[in-house]
Formats: sequence, structure tokens, C-alpha cells
Amino acid sequence: MSIILDHVTYIYGKDTPEERHALKDVSFVVPKGQFIGIIGHTGSGKSTLIQLMNGLLQPADGMVLFEGEDISDKDYDKKKLREKVGMVFQYPEHQLFESTVFQDVCFGPRNLGLSRKEMELRAFQALRLMNFPEELYYQSPFDLSGGQKRRAAIAGVLAMEPDFLILDEPTAGLDPRGRDEILGLIARLKEEQGKTILLVSHSMDEIAGYADRILVMSEGKLLMDGAPKEIFARYRKLEEIGLAAPQVTYIMNALQERGLPVRTSPITINEAKREILRVLRHSTL
Amino acid sequence: MGIIKTKNLVFEYIRRDEDGNVEGIKRAVDNVSLDVEAGEFIAVLGHNGSGKSTFAKHLNSILLPTEGTVWIDGNDTLQEENTWKIRQTAGMVFQNPDNQIIATVVEEDVGFGPENIGVPTEEIWQRTADSLKAVGMYAYREMSPNKLSGGQKQRVSIAGIVAMRPKCIILDEPTAMLDPRGRQDVLKTLQALNRLEHVTIVLITHHMEEVIQADKIFVMDQGQVAMQGTPREIFSQVEQLRGLRMDVPQAALLAYELRKAGLEIPSGILTGEELVEVLCRLY
Repeated sequence: MSIILDHVTYIYGKDTPEERHALKDVSFVVPKGQFIGIIGHTGSGKSTLIQLMNGLLQPADGMVLFEGEDISDKDYDKKKLREKVGMVFQYPEHQLFESTVFQDVCFGPRNLGLSRKEMELRAFQALRLMNFPEELYYQSPFDLSGGQKRRAAIAGVLAMEPDFLILDEPTAGLDPRGRDEILGLIARLKEEQGKTILLVSHSMDEIAGYADRILVMSEGKLLMDGAPKEIFARYRKLEEIGLAAPQVTYIMNALQERGLPVRTSPITINEAKREILRVLRHSTL
Repeated sequence: MGIIKTKNLVFEYIRRDEDGNVEGIKRAVDNVSLDVEAGEFIAVLGHNGSGKSTFAKHLNSILLPTEGTVWIDGNDTLQEENTWKIRQTAGMVFQNPDNQIIATVVEEDVGFGPENIGVPTEEIWQRTADSLKAVGMYAYREMSPNKLSGGQKQRVSIAGIVAMRPKCIILDEPTAMLDPRGRQDVLKTLQALNRLEHVTIVLITHHMEEVIQADKIFVMDQGQVAMQGTPREIFSQVEQLRGLRMDVPQAALLAYELRKAGLEIPSGILTGEELVEVLCRLY
């Protein structure tokens, strides 16, 4: 099972004076089970990209294939697609509307025409996956904290039991602990449930800690596609397009320039710590 | 007395059910006393729900104290006749730039504030030009705000406040919705306003890297000031910050981890450069 973008182009305002290529000839494959980070500055095409992946937009040229089928085909079942490819928009808690958290999470499965029992089982399961406190299941979503609201909103998408989950900046506006909690839960969805994760983020530290693979978007093009270490090694290129590497990458590079025999590959605090200790302990022995 | 002073500030929300009966009272700000000198760059940290936004809204009379007092440039916010003076002294910038821009052309948006307070036309244009230059957006003055990126829009929002010539600007998570470049541009703008124009800045944020340059940091928890000090003092207390759902800048965190592992690294390291310097000496 996979999502394939095959030479996809998307144009906003086609045949008007405002015409703008939001995506230009983008191709890549999303196999099942990966955690993919998508980075790029505002206007680089990230949002267009994710909206194409669950059929909210249609490519002007090229194809988006899900399980080998072109999702733009007239008789393609978009509803089925959206069940399988779940989308969590920015600030998803703005879409909470029911009188209790539990009812809100049931909204998706109810629309799938499931039995009441199946629907409720799915809602419980989704809330559990988001580590949502049981005593709040029947509270109004409006009485929750920022982090709780966000988790309730993500549970609403999970209750559809998607295989692919696309999240657009799921940690925006949360405090540092709230960010770690959400990211940890998302990583567990991949590890324990085998879900494929596509995460749009502006935080390189976040991406460095969790992603198996990074897609870098710039001016509508897929500029880089690779493992986090490969991508962040090209930090000068990233800077040219308004991005950066995690801070530890800069620290490791500065250490090497100053003559310490460290590798510059670490991208997380733990990796950097191990590498610095390896070199310094060796030198003082 | 500093430009911002609060004494035993308390703010309580009264929660009501659908019929208007009181359900409960929540104390969002609980006995906060602080004093900010004119020209300082202050950062306020605190987890979601810690009371920092509620606190900030007291600084330009959007909210009034339940108990205690807030003085802005010596004016008590509870005195109704001070409200306009206070709002001209202390300007406020919010998280979402799209909710703060009203005009269809950048310079008109920036001129809106001064026009409202009866500034003569000539001077409105002068102020608009000056403030757009101060935030680095002068080249975009004739554009539609719709065509700008989030960071650019946010800088236009800031220019709109700067045009009011406030002595103090309070920003409630102004970078939360921005990409790294937008975030950096906004931050540089604030630092320039602070250094060159001596505007007092109160920056509320969840991003630790943004407050390294601040003169002073307040960390809020349960409506109270839980920690206060210079960035160096605050960020050397990693465990305590984590207990408050906060974090430390990456370089400070790496320094902390290396010290825990037994390296002789002094406390109070904030930047990558400082850490590199120390590690090179150890090698």
C-alpha cells in the first residue's frame, strides 16, 4: 500500500492573471510505515502537496495514485480515500463542535455508517491512542487545555482508522512539554499501529528527532528527499531557502572546524552528546 | 516606578453555565507583582494555561484587575480616564496576523491607528513610512497584505503599533504561526526597536531560542511568577523548567547533558558559540 505522486503539477488561478504554479513536477513515493517530515518556508507548496494527497485538490498535470489507482478518476471513491488517508489540519481544535469530547470523536465513524457499538469502540480506541484522560471523555471540548483539545481533535481523525495520517504543524502554539507529548504519541502511532505519518513542521529539532525521511519543498519543487542526516548535512543549501539545520548540527560543524575530530552527523542532542563524549574521553585518556 | 508595574495583581474568571448561574471561579492571575524598567526587553514564558496571556491583557487595559493594581507609565489601569493614555503607551500584538490586518493596502493598514487618534495627515504619512522602515517592510508599502507571508504580515502588524509611537509593545506569541525565517525577521525587528528606538518589549512565547537575548525572563505557572532572572540564570535550571512544562535552548540542553555525563562544563551556557568555546578548551 502506498501513495505515489507522479510528476504532479498544481496551478492556482489557472488562466487568470493571478496564475501561479504552486507545485511543479513533483514525484515521490510514500510507502507504508514511514515517518516523513515535510519542511519548507511559507508558500513553498507544502499545504498544496498534502491537500493533493487526500484528494482535496486535483493535479493540473500528473497523477496521484493511492494503492495503484488514480484518485482523480471520475469514478474513484474519494470517501474511501479519506478514510484511509486522514488529515489533521493546523489548529484542528477549532473544528471541535460537539457537546462532549466523546461525541466529537464519534462524528467521523458515525458518518461511515458503522454500528453504534463499532463507532464507540473506535472512539474509545482513538482517545486511548492519544492518551486522553478518561475522566474528561464526557466533558465539553471547550473546557479542555490547549494540548488536550488538540489531542481530542487528532483522536477524531484517528477514529476513522486511517492507514496514512497527514498532520499540518500539529504542535503549533503548544508549550514545550505539550509539543513533546503530541510528537511522542504520533511516533507511537507509527511504532505500535504501523501507521504512516506525514508531518509538516517548521521545527527542525522536531523533525530531526522523529522522521525517517525528509522532503524539502522550495518554490513548488521537491528540492531534497532523503534521510534526516543527509538533508541536514546540506545545511548551507537549506539556509539559502530560508530553512536551517537543528542547532546541534551547527555545533558539531563548529567543533570540527576548530579541530576536534568529531563527526558532524549528529542531529539530536543525544547523538551529539555521545559523539562529543567519545572524542573528549578518548583525548583525556 | 518602572514603565510597567503590577502590585498583587489578581484576575478571576467567573464561569457560568447556560442559564447564567455561576459554576465556578478560576483564578487566572494570582498575586503577581513585578516592575519593568523603561527600555528593557522582557520575556514571559509559561505553559498553556499558566496565565501569561491573561496577565498580558492587563498591560493595556483589555482586562482590569479583580484585585491589586497595574500601573502603565504611572497610570493606574483601573481609572477609566487613563484607558486611552494607557493604550497609547502600551501597544499589543497578537498571535494571528490575519486577525489584525484590516486594510487592503499595507501603508493604509499602518496609518489606521494614527488616523484614529487624530494625528495630522502629513504626520500620518511620515509615521507610516518610519514604522514600515523600522520593521523592514517599507518596500511592500503599496502591496495588498494578502500577498505577504505570515512573517511579513506580522511585521506589518507590528508597524501598525509602532506608528502609534508607544513606549512599550506587548506581543502575545507573535511567532507561533510563522516559519523559521518569518520568526527570525520578527525577532530581529523587536530587537532593533528595543535597541535603537528604546521601546520596552514584553515578548510572550513558547520558543526558548527567542528569549536568549532578553534582559529578563519571567516564568509563569498557575497564575503566579514561578521563576524570574536573566536568561543565564533561568536556563541553567533545567530540571525546574521541565517541571513547569518548559524547555531550554538546544545548546544549553546539550551543555547540561554533557555536564551530567561528567564533563567539566560551567553552568549558564546559552549559545552554541559558548559551548563550542568551552569544549575546545577541554580537548
